[in-house]
Amino acid sequence: MTSIKQLPYEEYFLAGNGSCPGCGLTIGLRNVLKALGKEVYMVVPASCSSVVQSPFPNSSATVPLLNTPFAASAAAASGMVRALKVMGRDSVVMVWAGDGGTFDIGLATVSGAAERNEDLLYICYDNEAYMNTGGHRSSATPLGTFTGTTPTGKRENKKNIPLIMAAHGIPYVATASIAFITDLYDKILKAKDMKGFRYIQIFSPCTPGWLLPTEKSVESAKLAVQTGMYPLFEIENGIFKISAPSKAYLKKEKRKPLTDYFKLQGRFKHLKEEDIKLIEKWVDEISEEYASMDGKKVV
Amino acid sequence: MRVLIPKSKPSKGAVGKTGLWRTSKPVVNHDKCIKCVICWAFCPETTIFRFQDNSVDIDYEYCKGCGVCANECPVNAIEMVED
Repeated sequence: MTSIKQLPYEEYFLAGNGSCPGCGLTIGLRNVLKALGKEVYMVVPASCSSVVQSPFPNSSATVPLLNTPFAASAAAASGMVRALKVMGRDSVVMVWAGDGGTFDIGLATVSGAAERNEDLLYICYDNEAYMNTGGHRSSATPLGTFTGTTPTGKRENKKNIPLIMAAHGIPYVATASIAFITDLYDKILKAKDMKGFRYIQIFSPCTPGWLLPTEKSVESAKLAVQTGMYPLFEIENGIFKISAPSKAYLKKEKRKPLTDYFKLQGRFKHLKEEDIKLIEKWVDEISEEYASMDGKKVV
Repeated sequence: MRVLIPKSKPSKGAVGKTGLWRTSKPVVNHDKCIKCVICWAFCPETTIFRFQDNSVDIDYEYCKGCGVCANECPVNAIEMVED
């Protein structure tokens, strides 16, 4: 396992980009690019990332990057993979998409590319809503959350995309968090050397969208894992494995209270006691389910 | 016929001097610093330099003053000072 001091010095995402202060996306992208190195081609659908790179004629990314329409990212990347194969280049093609471009609008092409087992690395940074367009609900938004389109709290729960992707029979699926940077780095390194469709979902807080103080973005990502709201796991060739940062928090008595996570964020301010109980029930259920799946072949 | 391709070139400060956005700035107390480089790893803006001996320095030209470094520092060696 890599330690923080072993992370490379090289930077592939430059300072002075268009991200908001405290952005989780750039913490993730910086460290993902460190793991992938120079030989990577990025595909970015419409999302915060397409704005963060900044306007024409400047760009903050030092690797080749193609901007695509919302639903086309995985399809465009599939084409790039084949073009690179014809050219005889051994490079990684990475899609860096938001949760809207993966869970909702992009799902058709993502599912298509996964079904064809295209040789690409698909990374979804999950900030749990359409943050670029002002914070509308997406199917990644968790139960009870306030967003622009759910002013009284969302009534449905988050879609479990990692398991849906695993059901396609792809070689690697993982969830990671920007708060556990070395775990994220190791997962990217592992996925980099694999062939076939690899899916990694990174939990990345959004400070304006979550009504979160800018300095608390990493802290809230850490709490999401410690309260069991966002369990980290990997499914390698169908075998489910809970990742080290999440291992201790599968047991209910070890988990931190959900209110620790909720009180940092304005989007959970309206939650009543019974709402919290409902979310707690969901956390208990999903943790028990994952604990029973640990170490077993699930797909 | 000339075809124009909308192609951007990588450059630092692509949206300008983002240091102008901040209201408070992080100041490192080098006597307290234990050289764990956690602030460098978590900086969302790539504005913390890491030297070979693991000491750090901040690029105030682009630092947006989010305060993640000060919040994550395990020994409170970084203080947010009004700018």
